Amino acid sequence: MNASEQAIESMIMPDLAGQAPMPRPKLHRAPLEARALKSGFLTALTWIGAILASVPLFSVIYMLLIEGGSRLNWETLTALPPSAFDLGGGFGNAIVGTVVMVGIATLISVPLGILAAVYLAILDPDGRLAHTVRFLAKVLTGFPSILAGVFVYAVMVVAMKTYSALAGGVALAVLMLPTVVLAAEQAMAMVPKKMKDAAFGMGCTRTQVILKVVLPTGASGILTGVMLAIAGAAGNSAPLLFTALFSDYYLRSLTEPTASLAILIFNFSGMPYENQIQLAWAASLVLVLIVLVFNILARIIGRQKY
Amino acid sequence: MASHQFDNVDRSGSVSGPPSGGDYVLDRSFRGIAWFSAALILALVIYIVLEIGGKALPAISEYGFGFLTSTAWNVQTKEFGILPQIWGTLYSSLLALLLGGVFGIAIAIFLTQDFLPSRLAAVFRTIIELLAAIPSVVFGLWGIYVLIPLLRPVANWLHANLGGVPFFGTSLSGPGLAPAALVLAIMILPTVASISVDALRQIPYKVKEAAYGMGTTRWEAILKVMLPTASSGILAALVLGFGRALGETMALAMLIGNSNQISLSLFAPANTLAALLASSFPEAGPVEIRALMYAALALLAITLIVNAAGLAVMKFATRKFEAER
Repeated sequence: MNASEQAIESMIMPDLAGQAPMPRPKLHRAPLEARALKSGFLTALTWIGAILASVPLFSVIYMLLIEGGSRLNWETLTALPPSAFDLGGGFGNAIVGTVVMVGIATLISVPLGILAAVYLAILDPDGRLAHTVRFLAKVLTGFPSILAGVFVYAVMVVAMKTYSALAGGVALAVLMLPTVVLAAEQAMAMVPKKMKDAAFGMGCTRTQVILKVVLPTGASGILTGVMLAIAGAAGNSAPLLFTALFSDYYLRSLTEPTASLAILIFNFSGMPYENQIQLAWAASLVLVLIVLVFNILARIIGRQKY
Repeated sequence: MASHQFDNVDRSGSVSGPPSGGDYVLDRSFRGIAWFSAALILALVIYIVLEIGGKALPAISEYGFGFLTSTAWNVQTKEFGILPQIWGTLYSSLLALLLGGVFGIAIAIFLTQDFLPSRLAAVFRTIIELLAAIPSVVFGLWGIYVLIPLLRPVANWLHANLGGVPFFGTSLSGPGLAPAALVLAIMILPTVASISVDALRQIPYKVKEAAYGMGTTRWEAILKVMLPTASSGILAALVLGFGRALGETMALAMLIGNSNQISLSLFAPANTLAALLASSFPEAGPVEIRALMYAALALLAITLIVNAAGLAVMKFATRKFEAER
């Protein structure tokens, strides 16, 4: 221990006569002592873990580009699915079906979700209803998507006596709703109180404050949540299994079985035909691109504000 | 009266003023609609529970609790039980949690404890978040054509050389528990990582400074100060990740083999509640549908309990820090 360390020592450790000496912190470190080596070892392990964890993503992307990209052309994007031994074909009807059903889900869940979020964030944030709904929305984000399918099957498919795009859309809406509510609530809660107070001071009613101040100010946050919800719904397939089922033809009405990309991938993945498996990869590429576009949109919109 | 003073103010050209009668009506109805929307979510959750519960009722009265402990699933003899599916659900989710938890927490540490410059950390965080964006079916497809061929030689070597260990008791012929659990781990990793990152970020910076000031190495600070401080948040991350794994459907239906058996072996085919619903529901007759509704109710109960527990832990974790600030 040199002189300067002794000086520091006397400052941080005043002489406490008669008391047991306090354990002294060890303030210097040799590069090769056990604890430094342990630290270095764990650091290396963390790096390896992080690199390993990103392998699956790159592997999936690689496979999509190699297997799916080679099969992607105008025919696959527009043609109808082939039957067992046919060559060629595509999944145009599945793209249309996915877009239509996600569209229905968006039309239902976004207005409902934003209105509910208005209640949670502005009208009565600390009320009992708000607390309950907030908790339930969080529970619903972890709700197994297949159960949304079971629920809509029991409610709509049984009553309408047919699988339909409408039922598929409603099932997806159930899954989008909590995401929209929670994102919109957070975005609205972040609008500064000053702005709301200023509007109230101008004689605005609560509705006017919400419609003219809170919603425009929180719009980018709300839109981010909507985009993420759409991305999630587009990739979700479990609830469509027995609500929309599948169809080998283009959509003609909203009340008949409807094809979707996710179900097409599911059906084709287990088939022993090379052509169908290639189409499953190509459909996966299209599906991932759709999901990524909405994800990236969400990021861009979200970034503008903050 | 104070309000009289304002009656004489000239309001021409001014945007401010008391709301008109129409504004009041609009305000009332808008607030009513917002309340109605919030209440609708409450009603929806109740409706979901009642509907699935109600549809399961005939099966509950028919099979009773024996349904949960029986291993049969036979449409011809109308014998139904979901013990293998419950076992498969819990076993695959626990394996996934073990793997996804370790990697998820490691990544959370990697992202928050200054291993990377902040810009690179943001890029890496995006990579992990994109993992969450890949649809379940795509992971299933990847599992079938990439992961299973990759795992098979390893699994069969383990079975050949360590076949006495119950975990390696069978060989991997195709779909099985190991590929399913691996894909499941990949899928819950972003959930675990992002909630753990939030938990670690909540710790005031001075806590870490204090640890460093005591002369700790980086890992002594992480293991003895940061992780214990964030422990309840990390626990919440694990519980919510577990909940996610329990309900995951499509990738599992594609990878687990849909075989109603109970085995400790990692390479044996198995089944889960969600995969059972996915594979049997579309072609089921009315008798089987009733049994499936019972299975759906069991899945609903398990996931609701796990998710509510996770949220409760998370609430406790955030409250702890709010009190400290």
